[in-house]
Parts: sequence; structure tokens; C-alpha cells
Amino acid sequence: MVDLITPPPAIIDVDHDGDEGHDEHHGATGILKWMTSTDHKVIGLSYTVTSVVMLIIGGLFAEIIRAQLASPNGTLVSLAQYNELFTMHGSVMIYLFAGPFAFGGLANIIVPIQIGAPDMAFPRLNALSYWLYLMGSITMLMGFFTAGGAANFGWVAYAPLSNSINTPGAGADLWIGGLLLTGFSAIFTGVNLTATIFYLRAPGMTMFRMPIFTWNMLVTAILILLAFPVLTAGLIMLYCDRHFGTHIFSVAGGGVPVLWQHIFWFWGHPEVYILALPFFGMATEIIAVFSKKPVFGYKSMVFATLSIGALSLGVWAHHMFTTGVVLLPFFSFMSLMIAVPTGIKIFNWIGTMWRGELWFSTAMLMALGFLFTFLIGGLTGIYLASPPLDFFTHDTYFVVAHFHSIVMALVLAGMGGLYFWGPKITGYLLNEKFGRIQFWFLFIGTQVFTFPQYILGLDGMPRRIAMYPHSPQWKTLNDWSTFGAILVGISMIVFVVNVGYSWKKYPCGDNPWDAQTLEWFTTSPPPHHNFYRLPQIRSERPTWDYNHPEHRSLAHGTGGTGTHHEPPLANAIVGALEHDQDHDA
Amino acid sequence: MRVEAKLLLGLGAFFGVMAVVYWNWGHENAGGVMMFAGMLLCLVPGSYYYWWSRRMKARPEDDPNATQGEGAGVVGSFPGSSIFPFTLGMGAFFVVLALVFGIWFLVPGLGLAAWALLGATAEGRRGGHV
Amino acid sequence: MRRFVALPLGALALSGCTVPAFGAHKGATTESSSVFHLWQGFSIGAVIIGGFVTVLFVYAILRFRRKGDNIPRQAQYHLPAEVIYTVVPILVVFGLFAATLVVENKEVANPKANVTVDVNAFQWGWKFTYPHTETVVIGQTTQDPTMVIPVNTNVHINLTSTDVIHGFYVRAFNFSRYALPGVLNQFTLEAVKTGNFSGQCTQLCGLYHSLMFFNVKVVSKSQYTAWLASTANPVAFAAAQKTTGQQTATQVPTKPASSHGDN
Ligand code: HEM
Ligand SMILES: [Cu+2]
Ligand SMILES: [Cu+2]
Repeated sequence: MVDLITPPPAIIDVDHDGDEGHDEHHGATGILKWMTSTDHKVIGLSYTVTSVVMLIIGGLFAEIIRAQLASPNGTLVSLAQYNELFTMHGSVMIYLFAGPFAFGGLANIIVPIQIGAPDMAFPRLNALSYWLYLMGSITMLMGFFTAGGAANFGWVAYAPLSNSINTPGAGADLWIGGLLLTGFSAIFTGVNLTATIFYLRAPGMTMFRMPIFTWNMLVTAILILLAFPVLTAGLIMLYCDRHFGTHIFSVAGGGVPVLWQHIFWFWGHPEVYILALPFFGMATEIIAVFSKKPVFGYKSMVFATLSIGALSLGVWAHHMFTTGVVLLPFFSFMSLMIAVPTGIKIFNWIGTMWRGELWFSTAMLMALGFLFTFLIGGLTGIYLASPPLDFFTHDTYFVVAHFHSIVMALVLAGMGGLYFWGPKITGYLLNEKFGRIQFWFLFIGTQVFTFPQYILGLDGMPRRIAMYPHSPQWKTLNDWSTFGAILVGISMIVFVVNVGYSWKKYPCGDNPWDAQTLEWFTTSPPPHHNFYRLPQIRSERPTWDYNHPEHRSLAHGTGGTGTHHEPPLANAIVGALEHDQDHDA
Repeated sequence: MRVEAKLLLGLGAFFGVMAVVYWNWGHENAGGVMMFAGMLLCLVPGSYYYWWSRRMKARPEDDPNATQGEGAGVVGSFPGSSIFPFTLGMGAFFVVLALVFGIWFLVPGLGLAAWALLGATAEGRRGGHV
Repeated sequence: MRRFVALPLGALALSGCTVPAFGAHKGATTESSSVFHLWQGFSIGAVIIGGFVTVLFVYAILRFRRKGDNIPRQAQYHLPAEVIYTVVPILVVFGLFAATLVVENKEVANPKANVTVDVNAFQWGWKFTYPHTETVVIGQTTQDPTMVIPVNTNVHINLTSTDVIHGFYVRAFNFSRYALPGVLNQFTLEAVKTGNFSGQCTQLCGLYHSLMFFNVKVVSKSQYTAWLASTANPVAFAAAQKTTGQQTATQVPTKPASSHGDN
């Protein structure tokens, strides 16, 4: 145990062992060090790597799905395998990639540094979160190696399809078990983030000086705590129905199948925002830094996030409009209302860019790609909040297209996050040229892959079908969609190549982007307890204030003009670096 | 502390209003109960924070004019490294496998978990690294 | 103010025919054309808002690209702008919600119907029973059963499921509804066009979900009567099977769907 002492002004002594200049803990090395580490940066990095692997696995499933749909009577996989594939695609992407990538990976690393904390509040709990997540992922994927195959009831596991009569076999139980583990991992991370943000902020870092990313993570963490216990309870009920003869979700025993949907979506819709808010935060930070401006409408951004969080608990049944047993107007109204704070965010992002000096680095391109793709997904989401229009499009490819516009926007923002914060974590930049290539493949691929699906959905193509023998005319559009999916796949390959190519090539210095928030004040990578010294915190951009004391944020109406200024040293390094890359790439 | 408290109280109040509106309109129990529970989950810690916020001095992190020096002192206890999260994670893994493949997986599962709990407690007492 | 927004939207929705279809279609029932007009209304809103945002966005990208190392004005708030983009969306939402309610009420209304069809979904097929007649049509995966209904008549559908959840979806109706075990889902539709329309299960229901097709054939009233008479004789109608005592295929107690009551 280490009692961390904060410093006499300006210098933090983080070296708990007493031997100067030595940040690592003594003893364990190699794999044992990794297994025993409780440092939020190590854990966060493990999370990030694991979740990107999950993205690749889920992406492979998606490519198989798309290949199967390239012909009306696809024979690449059997009907049974197809059901397993989309179930595991959805499950891997939602449960094992998007959430853990955001709140286990980047947030874990960045949030403590952004608020000037030495670590997460409960480091060992944090490590436990990771192990539960890793073992949960393995558990869920183990289904493929059982006799009956993996789970095949869709990622939503609707009762009674998910009971032991319709889905016997270990694959389904492994799915439940894997989710129990990752569910607890999420809850622990939620506890940890909330406690860290409430209790470990640096002096002067008031709540309304926290960077937007941290704010979004706080709301995400609260939503995790509200939503995940419900899912866990539901999974236990489902397990009891399957094995202990209860009849919670089966009509025959007096149960109510729709209850599962209520429980699932009471978790599931907040989950949508648990996935999305962190990525909104990433995009916000990136857009501000690469526009060289403060986040426009910081306060309305915070309140938009809070109201999205609040409203998201009251909209779950918009996924159940077609059951015919839910209160249509209530859920319709609440769901439409969410468009308002979401719109505020979009306008704030544009406001941040407005009159800025936009630097189109890869991270910025990814964030802008996110903005556009998310706009499309958001607009089509408004249709689905209207019950009559949902009756019309529910369970068709229109919905698949809608949520892929959203989730692919999140992938774009997440990639932006990696290009943006990766250097802070590793100390090395990624190659910008490869980055740009990756961006264009990912961005164009996303549009080519989702757009035909909108049309297919309106044309009546249901989701989760392995073949469409009666409608061969859908082939052309499906081929386009498959082509888009291939472009997205190529972008992932480019990313992996880029990581290999740039490995330890371009050291980045403390603040390569002339960024604004506290994490850019410390070294890259940060020392064991994150800071040797802290600047005075007087706004949500302490690093910027420190580097550009003459350019603090302005309230509306006050003066101040853009002036010329010398690039900080780090900026010059990056400039030279970019130059260098042009030669060897 | 005050902002944190108000945040949770505000969310709780909103969920409370929603729960009332929803239940009175739809008479649907599941959602009503879940929203009510959501309200409690915000109100309980929220009122605790509020209670404290009225009784304690503003912390340096709540003071807009705080200097870094004010934060000096012990921030908290941060374990350097520990094997027990891993052990407990593996224990939980085996417990879950017991749900799927058979009860005997509980033996390694609960064994590892017990070892982890005892070990972590002892580690905390010792106050050192593994 | 609210009417101010709802009105033009409603007007646009009503004059639907001259407005682009935005990928949807009018469909074959009175309800489906209301949905279509709502679709158009929403689409116009989406195009206007989406277009406006895209223009701002593209303008910002083109106009404000970095030119050297200037530090721009660090403006962070602009209250009037923020108020506008909070209030205008709220008004738009009220408009959309009002339009939604109008169409929704039409769709969930249960006007008096002259023809009733009991639709029962099962793994993996459909059974259409015509109460008070002898007619039952059943078809499994590759048999694509056909539901015959008369044109210009309110047809009342009682939708149930025998096993898992299925989705009753007919694109020409711009409509879908779950077939839930234990729940009787009811809705009424009025076809205004004759013809053959295809339908399909849209809610994942297991192995052969991809192949759970059916057809809806809308015929004139006289043809419908003739069809009923012909199918009443089991010999004359091979694909149909005669009811033998049991009324519906549901094995489970089924109660009417409603949002009031315990689930
Ligand atoms: C390369 C990128 C991707 C491709 C090509 C792709 C493709 C698809 C396709 C074709 C389906 C529909 C399967 C069907 O209904 O038969 C699907 C479903 C789904 N996808 Fe993706 N996807 C991609 C990325 C993602 C990401 C990043 C996420 C989430 C973060 C995601 C989440 C889902 C979910 C939740 C489903 C629904 C699964 C279900 O119906 O149970 N996908 N995907
Ligand atoms: Cu939702
Ligand atoms: Cu089906």
C-alpha cells in the first residue's frame, strides 16, 4: 500500500518507494507484472487492446454475414450458423467491444488524469473489472466450441425463444454466464468512475471545470449503476427459467414473456447511451483541440448530457412498440424529446468549429466523420420514435441501417480517440498518412454499407434472415452493402498495419496537439501516479491556460481577437514529425 | 460536494416524477418498479452527500480558487500491485462455468474466490505489495 | 406556437401526393397511406434540419481550415444562438408528436369490422382461421399460405402465437405487429387495392425464421364470398384444412393486449 502524499506546491512526490526517478513497482516483471498491476493506465490499456480484438472478431462475423447475404440463396453458412453469427456479432460488438472500449479502456486511462487524480479510486476493484471482462468475453465466445454452437437467439434473447425448450444447449448458458461476468465488470467500473470523479479531483477542479469527456463518463457511470443491475437480475431470472423450472417468462406457467422485454430494454436503452456518451465526449475533446477553441457552450453541453441521461431511463419501450402492449404516447414523447439535447450537442460541436483554426489530423477527421454519420443515425432515429413509423420499419433493415449509422459513428469517434490519446498512453504517435487512408476507407465504407440498408428496409427486407429467395431484386443493394462492409474491413487492416508500422517510431512529447485539458500537462506516458506537478486549475482547460495565458476563454460579448503566436515546442516537434512522415511513408 | 449532491438529487427527482406519471398512466408494474428503484438509487446517495455537504468545509476540489498546495497531504491509499483481483476474477469465471457445465466447477471457483478474499484482506493489513 | 409548427407539417402531410416519397410507398390500405403521409412529413423535417446542419458543417470545414498558427478568438458562449437551437427543436418535437398522435390513433382504433380473421403464428408457419365459417388456411415454411380478404371492408385481425414471438409484417400495409404467446393482439385494416401482397415473419423465431412467408390476397367482395364458400368444402380446397373442433391453435391462455394492466 502506498499513501500518496500530495506535494508542497507544484511538485507531487509520486515515488512511494523512496528511490528517486523510479516509477515502476519493484518485483514482478513481464506477464506477472501485467497480471498484478493495479495501475489504471495498465488496466486501461489491457481493456483497450482486448476490446479492439473484440471489434476485430465481431467484424469478422459481420463480414461472414455480409458474404452470406451477397446472394438471395446464400449457402456460405447454414441457417443455424447464420443465427449464431448475427447473435454473436451483435453481442460481441455491444457487450464486449463498444462499452468496454469506452468506459474500461479510454475512460479508465484518461478520466483520472483529466481531473488530476493519481489513480482510480479503487485500483484493485478496477483490476477485478478487467479480469471479469476478459473471462466474460472468453466465456461468451466459448459457445462456438460447444456441440450445440453459440447462442442463437439474437443479442436481445427474447423470451420464450431463449428458454430451454427452444434454445437448449450450453451456448446459450455460456452467453448468459459471459454476460453476468461482463455485467459485474461494468458495474464495478461504474462505481469506480463515480467515486474517482466525486472524490479524487485535484484542488480547483470543480465539477464545472471537468472536461466534457469526464462529464460524459460521469453520466455514463451513473447510467451503468442504474441499468446494469436490472440486466443482471433479468439474466438470473432467465437462467432460473431455463434450469430451475421457474416460469417467469413462460406463458404455460403463468409467466409473462413481455416482461423480459421490459427488463431487457430498461437496461438496453440506457445502454445505448452508455455506449454513445463516452464517444460523444471523445469527439467533443477532439473537435475542441483541433479547432484551437474551447468547447462551445460548455455548460449547455453538460446539461444536454445530463438530460440525455435522465430521459434515457424513460424510453425503453420504444423498442417494444410493435408488441401492442405498451403505452405508446408516453414512450413516443420521451423518445422524441431526447432529440433535443442531442441536437444541442450537434450544434455545440459545430459552434466549436465555428471561426476556429481547423487542423485536419486523423483524429479530427475521425471526429468529423463521427459527426456526420451520427447526424444521419440521429435523424433516422427520430422516425423510429414515432409508433406508426416504427410499426412500418420495425425489424427491417431500416432499423439495422439506423443503428449501424450510430454505432459506426461511435467506431469513428473511438478511432479518433485512439489517434488522439494513443500518444499520451504510449508516448508515440501513429502515422498520419496511414491514418488518413484508414479514415477514408472507414468513412466511405460506413456510408456505402448503411445507405443501401435503409432502402432495403423500406423495401421490406426483414433483419436476421439468412436468405431472401422470394426477393432476388434485393441482391444489388445487398451487394453494395457488402462492398461497403469490405471497405470497413480494409480500414481495420490499415489500422493494424499502422500500429505495426508506427511502433515506437514517432515519440510525441507531452503535448503534441497543443491540447487543453490536464492529461496533456503530464508526460507521455504519464508516470506511475500520473503527475510530477500540477498547474493551477482555473478553468476546464488548465493546460491551455498554462501554455497560453493570454488566450483564456471568453464569455460572450467580451473583447479579444485572434493574434499571432509562436507554436509551442511540442507543436513544432509534431510539425517536424509530419514532415518526416511524408518522407518515409 | 454540493454539486454532486444536487446532481443526484435532481436525477432522482426526475425519475420520481417519471415513475409517478408512468404508473398512473399505464398501470404497468415492471417499468414503474424499475423507475422507482432508479429514483431511490439516486436519492439515497444524493441525500447522503447533501447531508455531508451542509456539515463539512468545502474541499479544495470544490473551491474555484484553490491552489495546488491546498491539496497537500494524504490523498488516499493506493495499492501498488496485487494478484488477488486476478485470482478473484478466475474464481468468478469458474463459478460461472459451474452454471453451465456442472456443479463441480464450484470447487475451484469458490476456492479461488475464498483465497482471493482472504489474501486481499491480509494484504491490506500488511500494507505492502505482493 | 405549437400550432405554428404543426400546421405546415400537417398541411404537407395532407398534400402528400405531390411530395416525394422518400423511399416509402402509399401501400394498399387506408392506414398505410396515413403512415405514408406521416413518413413524408417526418422526411421533410429531416431533410430541412439535416440539410441545414450539413450546410453549416461543410461550410465550417471549408471556411475555417487552419491557415498558419493563429490562435482564434476563444469564444465559448453565445446565449442567443444556444437558446434558438434549444427552443426550435423543442417546437419541432411537439409538431412531430402531434402528427404522430393523429396517425397513431387512427391505427390503433378498432372500428366496427365486417370480416374477422384469426391469425395464428407458429414455428414456422401461419394459420388463418375465419371464425363462423369452416375455412382455415395453414401453411408451413415452404407452403406460403395465403390470407384472403375483401377490399374496401374493415377487416379485424386477431393475432396470436402458439410458441415464440413472431412478427406479422406486410409491406403493403406499412404495418407490423408481434404475434405474442399468451397475448391477443387486435387491429383493424381496410384494404383499398386488390392484388397479391407478400408478408413475412420479421421477429426472430428460430431456425426457419428466414422462410416464414405468407401472402395476402385482396379480392372484391363477391370474389371473397365465393372463395369462402368454395373453401368451406374441404375437397374443393386442397391447401386448406378443415377445423376439427378446436377453434384456434393456441395452447396457452390468451388475453387481450392492452397497455393497461399487468403487462
Ligand atoms: C464492419 C462493420 C459492421 C458490419 C459489416 C455489420 C453488419 C451487420 C449486419 C449485416 C447485421 C444484420 C444481421 C441480420 O440482421 O441478419 C448486423 C447486426 C448487428 N450489428 Fe453490426 N455490423 C458492423 C459493425 C457493428 C458495430 C460496430 C456494432 C456495435 C457496436 C454492431 C452491432 C450490431 C448489432 C447489435 C446487431 C443486431 C444483432 C441482432 O440482430 O441480434 N455492428 N451487423
Ligand atoms: Cu432505445
Ligand atoms: Cu420469424
